[in-house]
Amino acid sequence: MRLAEAWRVASDALRANRMRSLLTMLGVIIGVASVVLLVAIGTGTKQTVEQQVEGLGSNLLLVVPGRLDVGSAPAVSPLTLQDVDAVGRVVGDPGRVAVTVASGATVRAGTRQDFTTVQGVLETTPAVFARDVARGRYLSRSDVDTGRRVAILGDSVARILFPDREAVGQQINVAGVRFRVIGVFAPLGQSLGVDRDDEVHIPVTAAQRLYGTQRVDAIAVKAPDRERIDELGERIVAELNGRHPGTEFSAVTQEQILGVLGDILGILTGVLAAIAGISLLVGGVGVSNIMLVSVRERTREIGLRKAVGARPRDIGVQFLLEAVLLTAIGGLTGMALGVGGALLVAAVSPIPAAVTWWSLALAFSVSAAVGIVFGVVPAQRAARLDPVVALRAE
Amino acid sequence: MSRDPRPADRGGRAGAVPAIEAVDVSRTYQLDGVSVPALRGVTLTVPAGDYVALIGPSGSGKSTLMHLLGGLDRPTAGRLVIDGRVVGGLSAPELARLRNQTIGFVFQAFHLLPRTSAVENVALPLVYRGVGARERRERAAAMLGRVGLGHRLDHRPNQLSGGEQQRVAIARALVTDPTVLLADEPTGNLDSTTGAAVLELLEQLNTESGVALVMVTHDAEVAARARRRIAMRDGVIVADSDAGPATGGAGPGGGPAEGGAGS
Repeated sequence: MRLAEAWRVASDALRANRMRSLLTMLGVIIGVASVVLLVAIGTGTKQTVEQQVEGLGSNLLLVVPGRLDVGSAPAVSPLTLQDVDAVGRVVGDPGRVAVTVASGATVRAGTRQDFTTVQGVLETTPAVFARDVARGRYLSRSDVDTGRRVAILGDSVARILFPDREAVGQQINVAGVRFRVIGVFAPLGQSLGVDRDDEVHIPVTAAQRLYGTQRVDAIAVKAPDRERIDELGERIVAELNGRHPGTEFSAVTQEQILGVLGDILGILTGVLAAIAGISLLVGGVGVSNIMLVSVRERTREIGLRKAVGARPRDIGVQFLLEAVLLTAIGGLTGMALGVGGALLVAAVSPIPAAVTWWSLALAFSVSAAVGIVFGVVPAQRAARLDPVVALRAE
Repeated sequence: MSRDPRPADRGGRAGAVPAIEAVDVSRTYQLDGVSVPALRGVTLTVPAGDYVALIGPSGSGKSTLMHLLGGLDRPTAGRLVIDGRVVGGLSAPELARLRNQTIGFVFQAFHLLPRTSAVENVALPLVYRGVGARERRERAAAMLGRVGLGHRLDHRPNQLSGGEQQRVAIARALVTDPTVLLADEPTGNLDSTTGAAVLELLEQLNTESGVALVMVTHDAEVAARARRRIAMRDGVIVADSDAGPATGGAGPGGGPAEGGAGS
């Protein structure tokens, strides 16, 4: 029997049982659509996070106590501003070194208040990280040196505290201490449902006094030279190890952060795809089930076809094609739904979704493979039917 | 169309290749480990173009014999030759090919594909022969014309009467120009008038195209119309109206039978 003929017979058989074919396809449709959608969400999340890390600024080196590892507990920092000066000497340019000492705090203005992240920083922050001030100015050297009580507000904080007034020049109250607003950051927007404009920068000296501490949480360095960034990191770590014997320090580059995040998000995407794959598998079992029913129902037809000269192979191919056709149509529909769903999610929710061609190719080939794998057993059963027995079937 | 070379003369005269030749053929079924003999040594020759009625009570083995003669099954012992080919050693695909090229089946229950037009039903055997769609339709339509259904080409089985459905089945059996037409109670599901017409058609085709007609029936009247009657009981042939079932056909003075067809 020619293949074109077999296709026609298979599609006729599916059309003869429209409702059943549709319901069987539904399992495959849901499976493929969820694979495409969840992989798109995983990929989109990964891309967004990577863009943000890259958006921090180029040639960035982060120096933190302890190890930068997935799952390691954050250590209490032994770093102080003296260490920051030392690092500045290693780098050769204190203007390339930024610090942070961060804590959550309630910020008030009049009757309005907002719980936000208050970061103690140096005036070098805009030079190290890509961070623009929309109105007013950023911290100056003397603000930091004198521990002046001035603050730059994130866009969201400014909107909450001063919804109908210009924030610059106003007084705010951070954890019971009065600060003067000297600037407002340009908005960064949301990412992954987190508001990146929900922060307040104050001089690190003022922050240490506010929190009653000498510590610095982390040091960031903008390396002057991309090629020697690893060597610079090693020198900084060596310097800090000399100053704090017995404490481990890590200097990590953007690439390393991207690598770690990429691993985590890759696992996330894989887990999502695997969960979706289970539903595809269940859909495949449904196809197998329906094909077995179909073979049983059409036993007499199989007997007749064999009597007039169909070889076992002809019968097997016919039923296998029927299963493949079921899953292929279901697969294509599922792909369309998955892409549509991903676009919808990206448009109406904060969850990013990026459809990749490989996820489509994967979903389609998996669904076709499901058709073959789950169609083989029913097809073999049909092919092996004894024509004498099949003709007698009711 | 491609066909195996075959003697042009199928008139059943001495010297032609017999349509079917069975020598001491047995068929034993294994049911739950128990051997059940359905045929116990049947020797039979059907010359090309013959018209044979196979009679016997149910359980006599006539259905089993039909399946063997039609290449749907293989004997467990003995030698069975269909149209010059030994059936015993054939694989399932080879048997399928043999059926496609040599045998036409007509069943009591018609066995037409539902939701499929008459012409497509008739063309089905040609599908498995690899004949192209256009030629299939032409040959199927011509065959439907010969059975008197040239005006019903695109009707579906449920739009046809029982007699018409059986005519479609007959056209399907003959569209491949087979050597043997096996009819299993072909009038069993039809009223007497329609049944008689179908029978006449089968006889006419038997005469016209020289296809050997082997018909299973329990109807004595139907059996009486056949040129030759073979009666079965308990898996053996108990009576054969041809004294010598060897090569002689209907001619008088045929030699003594070699097989155990006497009594």
